[in-house]
Amino acid sequence: MTDLSADKLPAGPAIKGKLSRDDIIMRLGMVVIALYLIATLVFPLWAMLSKSFSTFQFDLGAYELQISDEQGKYSGNIVTPAQLNAELLVLGEADLIAGSDSRMGLTQFFPDFSFRSPVMYQIRNTTETGRFLVGSELKTGTDWLELDSNTFRRVQMRPVKATGLGNFVSYFSTPALFNSIKNSLLIAVISTVVTVTLAFWFAYALNRSCMRFKGFFRLVAMAPILVPSLLPGIALVYLFGNQGMIKELLFGASIYGPIGIVIGSVFFTFPHAFIIISTALAISDARLYEAAASLRSTPWRTFWTVTIPGARYGLISATFVVFNLVITDFGLPKVIGGQFNVLAVDIYKQVIGQQNFEMGAVVSVVLVIPAIFAFAIDRLVQSKQVALLSARSVPYQPKPHRSADRFFLVYCLLVALFIVGTLGICQFAALIKFWPYDLSFSLTNYDFDRMDGGGWGSYYNSIKLGLFTAVAGTCVVFFGAYLVEKSNGFKTGRALFQMFAMLPMAIPGMVLGLAYIFFFNNPANPLNFIYGTMAILVICTVTHFYTVSHLTAVTALKQMDREFESVSSSLKQPTLKLFRRVTVPVCLPAILDISIYLFVNAMTTVSAVVFLYSPKTSLASIAVLNMDDAGDIAPAAAMGMMIFYTNAAARIIHLLVSRGVLQRTQAWRAR
Amino acid sequence: MKITSKLIASAVLSVFASTATAETELTVYTAVEAEDLARYAEAFNEVHPDITINWVRDSTGIITAKLLAERDNPQADVVWGLAATSLLLLKSEGMLEPYAPAGVEELDPKFVDKGDTPSWVGMDAWVAAVCYNTVEAEKEGLTPPTSWKDLTDPQYAGHLIMPNPNSSGTGFLDVSSWLQMFGEEGGWEYMDALHSNIARYTHSGSKPCKLAAAGEIPIGISFAFRGAKSKAAGAPLEIVVPSEGVGWDMEATAIVAGTDDLEAAQKLVDFSVTRGAMEMYNSGYAVVAMPGVAKPVEHFPEGLLDAMIENDFEFAANNRAAILKEWQSRYDGKSEPKN
Repeated sequence: MTDLSADKLPAGPAIKGKLSRDDIIMRLGMVVIALYLIATLVFPLWAMLSKSFSTFQFDLGAYELQISDEQGKYSGNIVTPAQLNAELLVLGEADLIAGSDSRMGLTQFFPDFSFRSPVMYQIRNTTETGRFLVGSELKTGTDWLELDSNTFRRVQMRPVKATGLGNFVSYFSTPALFNSIKNSLLIAVISTVVTVTLAFWFAYALNRSCMRFKGFFRLVAMAPILVPSLLPGIALVYLFGNQGMIKELLFGASIYGPIGIVIGSVFFTFPHAFIIISTALAISDARLYEAAASLRSTPWRTFWTVTIPGARYGLISATFVVFNLVITDFGLPKVIGGQFNVLAVDIYKQVIGQQNFEMGAVVSVVLVIPAIFAFAIDRLVQSKQVALLSARSVPYQPKPHRSADRFFLVYCLLVALFIVGTLGICQFAALIKFWPYDLSFSLTNYDFDRMDGGGWGSYYNSIKLGLFTAVAGTCVVFFGAYLVEKSNGFKTGRALFQMFAMLPMAIPGMVLGLAYIFFFNNPANPLNFIYGTMAILVICTVTHFYTVSHLTAVTALKQMDREFESVSSSLKQPTLKLFRRVTVPVCLPAILDISIYLFVNAMTTVSAVVFLYSPKTSLASIAVLNMDDAGDIAPAAAMGMMIFYTNAAARIIHLLVSRGVLQRTQAWRAR
Repeated sequence: MKITSKLIASAVLSVFASTATAETELTVYTAVEAEDLARYAEAFNEVHPDITINWVRDSTGIITAKLLAERDNPQADVVWGLAATSLLLLKSEGMLEPYAPAGVEELDPKFVDKGDTPSWVGMDAWVAAVCYNTVEAEKEGLTPPTSWKDLTDPQYAGHLIMPNPNSSGTGFLDVSSWLQMFGEEGGWEYMDALHSNIARYTHSGSKPCKLAAAGEIPIGISFAFRGAKSKAAGAPLEIVVPSEGVGWDMEATAIVAGTDDLEAAQKLVDFSVTRGAMEMYNSGYAVVAMPGVAKPVEHFPEGLLDAMIENDFEFAANNRAAILKEWQSRYDGKSEPKN
C-alpha cells in the first residue's frame, strides 16, 4: 500500500538552490584542499596499512628434489621439501613466516646429511618464477640443477610474497618487540601524572596567587616548546651520565632508561600541559568562591569542590595531550632510552636499522591505537566543555596571602630552574672543548661541517623548511578553514573535510613519515618525483601539524559574523574579494599565530621527517639526532641550542610584527 | 600517470643534459662519505673525462634498501662504495653483472667476490677493534683486555658498550665474526657471557668508541679507524686488537645488471681497482684491497691486518636474517635488571 501511495504522488521537481559562481569557486577550493589532505594523509596511511599485511613466507612445495645413492645413481623418485617436512615435522607453521630477506637451508630435511658424502642432489623450482640460491648465486627457472653434497648445503630457499596476518603473528610472538607496548604505556602514564601535577600547580600559582614575576615564569614555562624533544636527553647525559656533574643524586641508578625518558618527557611536555591548564584556571567565577566562603567551607574543601571541578576539562585534556606526546615521541627515548625499548624507537630500528619495512608498518599500527584512543577522548571532553562564564559571572581576583605566595614563588622558581638549567647545561656543554678531560671553552663544537648530520647546511635547510612550511601551510590551512566555515550548503562535504582536518592530530609523526615512504617512494606513484626533495618535507610537516593550525583558524573565523558574506553577496561582491579585503585583515593575528606555530614546529620536528630527508635536505633537528647517534654529543647540544635561539628570535619577531599589525588592522576592536 | 612523471623527469634531465654536451653519464649509487665524493669523481675524470658521474648517496642501509626496492627497474648503473654484505644481497637477487676488471689479480683475494667471474671487487675495509679508555679504566681498577674472551670477565660488568647489530653494520660484523671464530654454539655462548657485562647497546657503530673517548664508559667495541681518529683528537684511548682475530667488512664496487652503458660502467670498475684509486681510498681508510699500497695511519694499532679473520661473506649474508632474529630474541629489549 505504501508503494501505491508513493506512486500516486509524482515526485515534485527537485528544488535546489542555484549555485552561484562564488559557491562553485568555494566548493572547488574545498575539493582541492580535501584532495590535498587525501593525497597527503589518507592514501599514505592506507599504503602503510596494506604494507603491514604484506608478508613473506617459505613455500616448501615450490621446489623439487632428487637424491642419488652413494654411487650417484638416481631412483627417479621426486620429492618436495613439503613432503619431507610432513614426514619429519622439522618445521611448524610459524617457522615458515619470513622477512623479505630471509633464507632457509635444505639440509635440515635430511637427518643423515653429510657434506662429505658422495650422494648427489638435483633441485629445481616448480614454477618459472621460483627462486633459490646456491651460495649467493640466484637460480630461477625449472631446469634441474645437479649439486654434490658439499654444494647442496649452500642451497638456500627464498621466501615468496603473500598477504595475511603473519607479520602481526610474529610481532606478538617476539617478546623483544611486544614488550615495548608495556614500556611505552608505562613511561607515558608516569610522565603524564608527573607533568600534569607539576603544570597544574605552576598554572595555579600564576592564576590564583599574588606572587611576583608572573610574566617571567610564563615566559620560562614556554621555553621547552622551542627545542627538539631530544635536547633534554642530552642535558641529562651531562648531568647524570657516567661522567655527569651530579650523577650521585641518582644513587647508582642509570639515567639511560625509564628515569631519563620520564624526566626528559616532563621537560618537553610541560608547556603543552601548562597552556591548557592555565586557560582552564584563568576563567573562574568569583561568586562560587564567595558562596563557598559564606558556607564556611575550608580552603581544602573549596579546592576540591570548586577549583578542581572548574578545571576538570582542562585537566583531562592536558592529560591526554601529554600522554599522546610522550607515547609518540621518538627523539628523547632514542637519545636517553638505553635498552628500554619503546614503540616509536622500534619503528625506527625496524625501518632504518633492519630495512624491515613490513615490521615497521606493524609497529606503527600498534602505536596508532593508543594515540587515536587518547585523541578521541580528548575531543570528546572538549566537546563537552561548556562555558563556565556567564554574563553575570564575576572574574575571580586572587588576594595576597603572604605564606602561600611565598610558597608558590619558591615552587615556581624550582620549576623554572629545572627548565632554564636544562637549557643552560646544553649551552655549557656546547662550549666545552672535550668533556670531561679538557674543560677549556672553545667553539670547536660549532664546526658542524666536520661532523655527521649535514653540517651548517642542515641548519639553513631547517630555516628554509620553517619558512616554506609557515607560508605554504598558513595559506592552505587558513583558506581551507575559511571554506569550511563560510561556504553554504554542501553539508556532507564540509563534515568530511572537518574529519580529514582532525585526523593528523591522531597520527604519530613516525607513522606519518613511514606512510610517506610507502606512498611516495613507490615508482608507480606519479607524485614519486617529490620524494627526497624539500617539497615532501614541507608537505609532511604541514600535514603533521595541520589540526592545531586548522582549529586556530576556525576559532578566529567563528568570531566573524556570517552576515559579512550575506552583505557582500547582496552588494554583488565576489566572496574572494571579501576574503582578501575583510576576512584576512581581521584574522591577521590568528594567521600570524598559525605561521609561528608552523615555523617553530618545523624547526624542532624529528619524528616524521627522519624517514624523509635526503643528503641534500638534511635538517638541524635531524643533525642533533645523528650527531648524538655518532657519539658527537657536544656538537649535538650546540646544534640544539642553535634551534632554540632561532626559534626564540622568530618568536620575538612574531611578537613585534603582531603588535604592529594589531595597531594597523585591529584598531576597530577598541572603541 | 607514470608517463607524466617520466616526462617531467626527462624534461628536467634534458635541461641538465644540454649543458653537459651529451657525454656518457653514469648513475652511481654510493655510501661513501659525501665529502669524499667530489674527490673520487675528479680522480676518475682525469682518466675518463668523457664520463660524467651522477652520484646518489645515502647511508649503507638506505642505499641497500633503495637498490632492493628498484629490483625490477634498476636506476643505478654502478654501485661504487657499498658494504660487501649488501652487495652479496644484491648478487643473490641476481642484480649484479659479473665482470673481472683489468688488474683484479693484483688485489688481495680476500677482497674479490668468489664467483667464477667476480660480481663485485673490494676497495677498502673497516676493521673491528676495542677502544679502551685508560684514565677511566684506572679509576675503576680494570686491567686491559687482550682478547674477546677477556671481555667476559666479571670485572668489566657494566663497563662495556657495543653497537646493536640490528641497526649497525659494525655490530653485525662483530657478531658474525664471533659466530665464525667460535662456531655457532660457542659464538652464542660467548655473547651470552658478554651480554651480562654490556651496559647497553648503541644504534651506531662509531658511538661506542666516541663514548669511550669521552669517558662515559671505559670500553667500547667499535672499529679501529674511529679509535685512531679519537686518539689523534687527544682522547686517552688505547686501541686493543683482540688476539682471536677481528671481524671486518669492506666497501666494494659492482655493475648493476641491465645498465644502459656497460662499457662506461666497466671503465669505472676498472678504474676503481687501480693503484691510484687505492691511494685515494687510503686517505679515509687504513686498509685497502691492494696489498702494499696503504700508508700507515697515525695511532692505528699494529698487527691489525694480520688479525683480520678469513671472513665468510656468504655465511654472513645468507644467515644475516636468522642471526639478527636470534640476537634480538636473546638480548634486545631486556630492560629489566639482569637476573
